[in-house]
This record gives sequence, C-alpha cells and structure tokens, in this order.
Amino acid sequence: MTSMPMVRRRRGRLVLRNTAVGWSFLLPNFAGFAVLTLVPVALLFYYAFTSWNVFGGAEWTGLDNFRQLSHDRSFRTALTNTVYYTVFHIPLTLVASLGLALLLNRKLRGVAFFRTVAFFPYITSIVALAQVWNMLFSPSYGPINQFLRAIGIAHPPGWTTSADWSMPAVIVVGTWREAGYYMLLFLAGLQTIPAQLYEAAKVDGANAWQRLLAVTLPGLRPTTFFVIVMLTIGSFKVFDLILVMTAGGPGQSTLVVSQYIFQKGFIENQFGYASAISIVLFAICFVITVVQFLINRRGSES
Amino acid sequence: MTTLLQPPSLEIPLRPARPPRRRRTTRVLGYAALIVAAVAILLPFYWMLMSSLKANNDVYTIPVRWLPDPVVWKNYVDIWHRSDLTTWLENTLILSIAVTFLQVLTGSFAAYGFAKVRFPGRNVLFLAYIGTIAVPWQSYMIPQFILFSKLHLSDTLWSIVALQAFGAFGVFLMKQYYESIPDELLDAARIDGMSEYGIWRRIMLPLSVPAIASLSLLTLVTTWNDYLGPLIYLRSHSLWTIQIGLKTFVNSYNAEYSLIMTGSVLSVLPIAVIFLLGQRYFVEGIATTGLKG
Repeated sequence: MTSMPMVRRRRGRLVLRNTAVGWSFLLPNFAGFAVLTLVPVALLFYYAFTSWNVFGGAEWTGLDNFRQLSHDRSFRTALTNTVYYTVFHIPLTLVASLGLALLLNRKLRGVAFFRTVAFFPYITSIVALAQVWNMLFSPSYGPINQFLRAIGIAHPPGWTTSADWSMPAVIVVGTWREAGYYMLLFLAGLQTIPAQLYEAAKVDGANAWQRLLAVTLPGLRPTTFFVIVMLTIGSFKVFDLILVMTAGGPGQSTLVVSQYIFQKGFIENQFGYASAISIVLFAICFVITVVQFLINRRGSES
Repeated sequence: MTTLLQPPSLEIPLRPARPPRRRRTTRVLGYAALIVAAVAILLPFYWMLMSSLKANNDVYTIPVRWLPDPVVWKNYVDIWHRSDLTTWLENTLILSIAVTFLQVLTGSFAAYGFAKVRFPGRNVLFLAYIGTIAVPWQSYMIPQFILFSKLHLSDTLWSIVALQAFGAFGVFLMKQYYESIPDELLDAARIDGMSEYGIWRRIMLPLSVPAIASLSLLTLVTTWNDYLGPLIYLRSHSLWTIQIGLKTFVNSYNAEYSLIMTGSVLSVLPIAVIFLLGQRYFVEGIATTGLKG
C-alpha cells in the first residue's frame, strides 16, 4: 500500500521526462512548421473577412468578400476551368498510370529501364517542360500538328493559341508529366497482392482479363483510393503548369482558381479578397477529401 | 476472392499450359506497348536536346528534321554570355543544399520523437502534421507572404529556405522508416545508458542511410525545380534561381528557340544526372510514403 503512490510518482516522472525528450526532438522542425505553415493557415481565416488591400489595413468587413465573390464572373470562370481540368486529368492519369504499372509489372526485358524513363518527366522542372511542349504544340510548324496533317487532319487545332484547345493541351502535358509518379505508387501496390490469389484464379480457369477484374483491381483498392485523393487535390490546386504554359490564356480560357488567387493577391494587392478565394479552394479540397474517405470506408465495409 | 470469379467455361480446366504461340503474341504486344509508351515519354526530351544543338532557323522546319545539321555547339557557349546563368545556378545550388540539409536534419530528428519516444498527445500532433500535407499551399500563400514580409524574409534567399526546409513530408518519410527498426535494439542501448540523443545519432542515423538518401534526393530535386516560391519571394535579379531565370529568358528572347532549349537542357541536366545515379532511392522514397498515406 505504501509503495503505490511512489510507483505512481515514478511513472509520472517518467511520462514527464519522456514528454520533455519527445518535444525536444520535435521542436526544431515543429517550430519552423508552426510559424511558417500553421500561423499562415490560421491568419487566412482572419484575412478573408477583412478588406485588406494596398491602400489600407485589415478592416473587418464580415462576409463582404464572399458576397462579392458570388457575383465575380472571373472567379466563376476560374472555378469552371479548374473543374474542367480536374474532370479530365483524374481519369486520364489514372488509366495511364495503371496501364503503365500493369505493363511494367510483367517479366519483360528492359522493364527497369522503362520504369526509369516513365518517372523522369515528374522530376523535370515545369519551366523547361512547358517550353518544349509549347514548341511541340506550335500550330503551324510544330511536330504535333505536322503529324496530325500527315494522318489526314487538314485543320489541326491551334492548341495553346486557341481558346477551345488550350485546356486540352494543358491536360495532356499534366497527364504526361504525372503518370510516371502514380505508376510508381501502383507498382508498389501490385507488390502487396499475394501471388497465391493469381494461382488460385488460374486454377479456377480465369483468363487474364478476369484475373485483372477479380484479383488485381480489388487488391489495388487502397492504392487507387490514395491515388485518387492525391490526384483530386493536385488537380484543384493546379497552378505552375498553367502559369508557365499559357499564363491563363488565351483570354481567360485556362484561368484556374490558384492563379486567380495569385492575380488578386500579388498583382492587384487585394489580400483580403484573395484570402476569401483561398478559403474556397481550401474548403473544396477539404470537403472532397472527407467525402472520398467516407465513400472508401463504406466501400471497404461492405 | 474466388467467389467473385465467373464460373469457368468447360474446356479450360483440363487444358494444360497456354499454347506457346499465343504467349509469344502477348509478349510481342507487351513490347510494342512498352516501346510506344517510351517514345511518347521520351520524345519531348529528345526534341529539347536536338533543338538545343540546331541553328535557330532550323528548329521549326517542314518536315521535322530529327537530327541537327549542322550541329551548333556554339549555343552552349552563347547561353552563358546572353544570360546570368552562372548566378542562377549558384543561387539554386546554395538553396538546394541548405534546404536539403535542414530538412533531413530536422525531419529525422522529429521523426525519432514521433516513432520512438512515447508521450501523451503524440499521435494527435502527428495527425495535425499529416493533415497539412492535404492543405494546398496555394490556399495559404497569401498570409504566408504577408508574414514573411513582416519577418523581413521576403526578397532574401532565407525565404526559400524557410519555405521548404520544415515540410511535414520529411518527417513522414523518416518516421515510416524508423518504425521498421525494432524497439529491442533501442532498449538494449538504453540499458547500456545511452541517451535518446545518443541513440538517434549513433544508431538511428547510421541505420537509416537509405531513407536519408531518398529524402535528400527528393528534397534536392523539389528545391531545384521550385518555380512558385522564387517567383513570389525573389524579386532582385541577383537572387534569381534557375527556374525564374529561365522563364524570364524565355519571355525576353521568345524567338531564340534554340537558345531557349539550350537553357532548358542545362536546367534539367543536373537533375537527370542525380536521378540516374540515385534512381533506386527515388523509387523507394515514393513507394514508402505513397503506400501508407
């Protein structure tokens, strides 16, 4: 009986010591992280309700920014364009990366080389890639349109010079660049599927297509979910690719939400209004991620 | 699993292996698909390299000329005179090394706290860390810029160091790796009287060299390629990085096609070399952080 409080005190001291040691390890990173990331995120929710611009300080204006936002034509265009990019970029990248992964998961010669090749665009700088692709897409002399003419398309699209075709051009480059990255995630996911399942399916007489549907795809479920979440967030925040490839043009045909934030904030110095747009972007990414988590959980329970 | 399968058709169960002819066809199809994919992926790089060695008038021709003739090596001399490439590369190199060093140091230190020291509130804190990976930087770049300006960081190289060096990504990657190291090893060291800092320094760091290599290479490449950070923070020409410099060069000499491609090749070359030397670590880094996210 007498030893109980002593044991407790000793355990309390141990917890205290561990807490101190643990925090001392976290602190160098956490201090930087808190000041440079958490504080700005918190400030965002204050600035968005102020009229802060280059002429005055941060004055509280309540929901004015959001009211203005709901009538803002350019914002609506930016949002529509972002959704346009997202709706095409996600399925295209998904199919391309999964296809590459399935192809490279087979025992073919030179697979290691191809894996290296496929990942390379992802680690190449966007500025250099955008220049190359803009030249490839060049309407009159570019190799892409020369190829299209050669196969009988008399009037190939104007790509980045045309309001209708600039977004497809950006989507092609975005997909081309990112497929290799998601391919690596799928390849890692494929390693986790036990070989016995394939053996069993073969014994049951399933052909390659049936094995893909019944073994591979269900086995890749967690990877696919993760990839879709990453792709969704990545698509909604698409920015530097567009900034260097088309700068939002021609006109507003490739203006996206991130770029609109940049324009309002850094070019027109309307910090309050730009923060309000930022909150919308933040909310969209947050809600979509949560919804995807809920769907995934329900799916894996059933 | 097997219940999901279609009932097998009658002829299949007794059939031995697939006939070799069909196997050869799928094999050929596989290679064909691989070659098409590789060409589609590599063609832009080939175009970049080839155009960088052409005379400016030869870049756009009908039909496309797939080999430079004559080969203009002079482009690779001219670009250094026509631009501040030396300054840009120097700044980018300084930033990449500083950021990588700080990210690896603070990241692995914090990861040890998260993976191997037990204290209340640890898991909640880690969740908060990971949660911010899903918050797009674009949504808080405005308040961050205002904050950095107040701290007198903007328009200094420090702004980019601060922006990149304390990311949650490094903590996450290192933690994943540390968790694969058995606790018994650390307990033995603790019994021998080694402090937690000593364990991190003498046991964890040497054991986690592959993870450190992955994190270093990924951070190095990210910092080298970063365009938005320098675009927002580095206004003075003397602070420009290769990405900002190259983009400005493109804007001011937009008809100098071959020189633009020369600059692009030079901006990609260091990354290509690093990637070829350390591709194993890139792949492992992506695979470990991607899977459990």
